Amino acid sequence: MSQTPPALPLVFLLMRHRALLAGGAIVTLVLVAALVSLVWTPYAIDALSVADRLKGSSPAHPLGTDQYGRDMLSMLMVGARTSIAVALLAVGIGVCLGVPLGLIAAARGGWLDEGLMRVNDLIFAFPALLSAVMITALFGAGAINAIIAIGIFNIPVFARVARGGALATKSREFVLAARVSGKGEIRIIAEHILPNIANLLIVQGTIQFSLGILAEAGLSYVGLGAQPPLASWGRMLNEAQTMMMLAPTLALYPGLAIVVTVIGLNLLGDGLRDLLDPRLKRRAA
Amino acid sequence: MLVYAAKRFASLFATLLVATLLVFVVLEILPGDPAQLMLGLNAQDDTLAALRQELGLDQPAWVRYLAWIGGFATGDLGTSYTYSVPVADLVADRAVVSLPLALIALALSTVIAIPVGVYAARHRGGWQDGGIMALTQIGIAIPNFWFAMLLVYVFAVTLRLVPSGGFPGWGGGIGPAFLALTLPAIALALPQAAILARVMRSALIDALHEDYVRTARAKGLTRNATLWRHAVRNAFIPVLTILGLQFSFLIAGTIIIENVFYLPGLGRLIFQAITQRDLIVVKSVVVLLVGTVIVVTFLVDMAYAAADPRLRKR
Repeated sequence: MSQTPPALPLVFLLMRHRALLAGGAIVTLVLVAALVSLVWTPYAIDALSVADRLKGSSPAHPLGTDQYGRDMLSMLMVGARTSIAVALLAVGIGVCLGVPLGLIAAARGGWLDEGLMRVNDLIFAFPALLSAVMITALFGAGAINAIIAIGIFNIPVFARVARGGALATKSREFVLAARVSGKGEIRIIAEHILPNIANLLIVQGTIQFSLGILAEAGLSYVGLGAQPPLASWGRMLNEAQTMMMLAPTLALYPGLAIVVTVIGLNLLGDGLRDLLDPRLKRRAA
Repeated sequence: MLVYAAKRFASLFATLLVATLLVFVVLEILPGDPAQLMLGLNAQDDTLAALRQELGLDQPAWVRYLAWIGGFATGDLGTSYTYSVPVADLVADRAVVSLPLALIALALSTVIAIPVGVYAARHRGGWQDGGIMALTQIGIAIPNFWFAMLLVYVFAVTLRLVPSGGFPGWGGGIGPAFLALTLPAIALALPQAAILARVMRSALIDALHEDYVRTARAKGLTRNATLWRHAVRNAFIPVLTILGLQFSFLIAGTIIIENVFYLPGLGRLIFQAITQRDLIVVKSVVVLLVGTVIVVTFLVDMAYAAADPRLRKR
């Protein structure tokens, strides 16, 4: 009881890292909105109502309604869920495939390393949008295909980070000591290298998460992402474009939602980097 | 340098070849029967057979692949299924919109980002720096197509200074065509400029800590001369890397932005081709865009080696 002080250190920590605090707060807010939308939204998003179309802000509809009479707040909440789900799963694909590839490349070296890195460069030349275009040409548009397209683009990113981190860690004394003591390659990677590059991966993860949100918005804006009746911020902007003269606010809210979420994630990433790797602070300051 | 260039050139060639192979496999072998995919499930058997023959699907895959990549050299990329015109003509017509757009955007973002980054680095820690960093933070987070919509609302719908979309073509003179590309280029350039300015700033701050900067000051160079002649020149190396990486985002951005402004470029073409299942067009445009990214990456690498002799030894 005496050795664990109350929550004070965490508060101090957050006060010293304002970026972390602000980013964490924004991201938490968006996450909560997305989670709540799973069980409750003010209105059903497939409830069309001609009588209520293009209503301004009112107690019944805090953010108004769109040209089909759908409640904007409800649409934004479901849109948050779509964005987060797509971006998070895409990061998952990048981590699950990219990190092992990067670790193998670093551990083996030689032609395998060279080959894997060339494949990496090749995938990197296909922007997520072009992969999505090809996938859509074959299987049609949809949220799943957007996840795959963004996820493919994430693989080389994580492979590169994991490889770089592993190469730097590989020659450190504790890894050599572990090798001398007879640990196998896989145990060394799992027990020594992975924990040491986890920080790098977490920071890169938040960056790719925010890029994923932007990519998802772009894909669904051009019609390659989530399909109706599922709401997504990009689709909302697409539908708002034809209404720009009549109801410019329809284009305002989804855009702001994207910008705020991405800023939140970027702040969180910056904050985490400062927190996890104090050496980088000199550059950031 | 020559050996390095030759090596890099060989690897460029190999990468391009593998990229075309990848696109070919995905779009022509995976679907099983492209003719069926293009015509849909309700197609008549004789129509299918006719299209198969027209597309050369009765030949083995490797013959079709060789014919297709050979077409990039001879300029014969086949005939579009929906437009009934040669794909090469279609692409050339659209590229005269997309290419200038991408280049104007690239130039604009560089011209904005470098002075802003240098200014922020010189006033590091001051309110100017803080303000610029906050602005770039927002710039990075803004989706370019949303920014484009806002620009249209302010400058085309409200102020009526520029057209809100469409492209008059280059035939009617450079003026109107340029005007039509202004808003799209700004929409593409500003978010890119935000990233570039941040890289320029941090690269310059790093460079200003280097010994050669102290030496330059010690030998009597003014602060300005040291900054521009030594620090900025060295800071360009990371900036160049990011510029090369950004090109791939710029290409993707162009595709989306063309849809906001109804510009008849490669981006619009690719989406029209998808909706009409015109795989021949999709295939060639994708390879063209990916190829551009690969070639630009190669050029950046070469520029790198020219700028920094140590890198040639790899």
